[in-house]
Amino acid sequence: MKKNPNNLLFIALLFGLVITFLLNISFGQVAIPIKEVAKSVFGIGEVKDTWNYIILNFRLPKAITAMLVGIGLSISGLLMQTLFRNPLAGPYVLGLSSGSSLGVAFVIMGAAILPPFLANLFLSSLGILLASISGSLLVLSLVFLVSKKLKDTMSILIVGLMFSSFTGAIVSVLTYFSTAEQLQKFTFWSMGNLSNLSWIQIVILSSTVLVGATLSLLSIKSLDAFLLGENYAKSLGINIKKQRNLIFMATGILAGSITAFVGPIAFVGLAVPHISKLVFQTSNHKVLFFATMLLGALIMLFCDTVSQLPGFDFTLPINAITSILGAPVVIWLLVRKRGIS
Amino acid sequence: MWLKNNKISTMNPTILQTKNLSIGYTSKKEVATIAVDISISLNKGKLITLIGGNGIGKSTLLRTLTAIQKPISGSVFLNEKDIFTIENSELAQQQSLVLTDKLPSSNLTVWELIALGRQPYTNWIGTLTDEDISKITAAIQLTNIEHLIEKKHHEISDGQLQKVLIARALAQDTDLIILDEPTTHLDLFHKVSVFKLLQKLTHETGKCILFSTHDIDLAIQLSDEMIVMTKEQTLQDQPCNLIEKGVFDKLFEDENIIFDKEKGKFMVR
Repeated sequence: MKKNPNNLLFIALLFGLVITFLLNISFGQVAIPIKEVAKSVFGIGEVKDTWNYIILNFRLPKAITAMLVGIGLSISGLLMQTLFRNPLAGPYVLGLSSGSSLGVAFVIMGAAILPPFLANLFLSSLGILLASISGSLLVLSLVFLVSKKLKDTMSILIVGLMFSSFTGAIVSVLTYFSTAEQLQKFTFWSMGNLSNLSWIQIVILSSTVLVGATLSLLSIKSLDAFLLGENYAKSLGINIKKQRNLIFMATGILAGSITAFVGPIAFVGLAVPHISKLVFQTSNHKVLFFATMLLGALIMLFCDTVSQLPGFDFTLPINAITSILGAPVVIWLLVRKRGIS
Repeated sequence: MWLKNNKISTMNPTILQTKNLSIGYTSKKEVATIAVDISISLNKGKLITLIGGNGIGKSTLLRTLTAIQKPISGSVFLNEKDIFTIENSELAQQQSLVLTDKLPSSNLTVWELIALGRQPYTNWIGTLTDEDISKITAAIQLTNIEHLIEKKHHEISDGQLQKVLIARALAQDTDLIILDEPTTHLDLFHKVSVFKLLQKLTHETGKCILFSTHDIDLAIQLSDEMIVMTKEQTLQDQPCNLIEKGVFDKLFEDENIIFDKEKGKFMVR
């Protein structure tokens, strides 16, 4: 119906994304002029070798990681909010990230108990990836089981919080038994970090995000039906169990794989779907899917840009920035109240 | 009203039929039977109301007729097929529902909500074809809600929402529409307008509409057939015959409520 305003918004977002992308790469300890960044990224014209080196080996991988993280977490948040019929659902708030942490903690700190060849296998990117995905899927299913009993929005949030403290407690028990080296490794991971990903890791992350996004794309139609509640969705011919599993898989793969590579990132998955709904004024998942993807990438790039503003010698933890942006969104949602519970 | 329809009743094919149906709940420990030996048949072009006191099993019967809940024994046939063997996607093309469930909060507009009724027919991503659009438009015109379509579904009144939900069921293009207490919470004006709308729809579209209600006076005046559930039995007949048989006298086991046959309504002593 209202195609035109949406198309304009999408074009504006895309434009904003490109600008933020270039700005993100240009900022850092060594400032590189945007014009040069554009030349280097799009491969036109001559750029200083040192700048090219910095861009190709540090800035570009980080910018791409930021976009993948933003896209993946935002989509998984969108899926969870519709499936749980809960505006406050998101991978971080409902404890999926803690589930991932638990999986990763077991792998990093538990590897010592295993024979060396198995330990190496476990500590590889793939081992951490699988542990993280299983951890988030485990918490997701637990939260879902509880949410079947408790229909109330707030109770589900509290359950999510409890799972977070529970997994947090197990992690701290694990740290008690681990060596200083393992502890350091885990602590760095848990602080969240978008840099340090090799190109190969970026390829792996891109593939998992692509798989997760494709699964989500396949569930768009059923997500629209879920807007009327489960009984109506069923009466519209939706196979509830199958679709729910599909959505679970998509959410688990997205949140789990992203957490595995960059650590738990707060609030993006919760806030971005709401910002998209606010900007596009719709609940149509076909629109929201692409809107959250674009906005997620844009906002994550923005947060990363803020975390390393020029003039500072240090980089702020990315989690601090996303929380500063995300926590007020949650409070605003609670205060606004309409539509919650 | 029912005399007019008797002319075509001979050619009415049956859409839904139950055989020796017993309904209730089965748990691990015990079987709680709510009603036994229910034999009803729902025919094309009929407006059929389901009445009975609170807790008598109206909702359970509706849940069984819509394949949400399995019966204790007996069977339900929809277009001559056992309803519990029909694929969910196929069932959605034969039977649509209006439930009492509160809609989760969302930004859905009325038009989008009605368009969701086309889901059983759309492709994997839900693209609406020209045919879908024309069915949606027809549903909107039949229910007279053109002025609402741009609004969000949470911005309209209960009475308007009820009509929108009926339009959604119409857009689903099924032979049978089942509604659970569509007139509850409405004032008399809106109750009558929903009743009249449902009556008009059955007679204009030839669909069968079954709905449960507590507005027995209106149901007696406006429905083609009624299904009356009492503790002893479940009866289906035309309202005038049910009055003749004195079924309504037994509806409420209270000597303070009596049924006046002449006026066709309940009186308080």
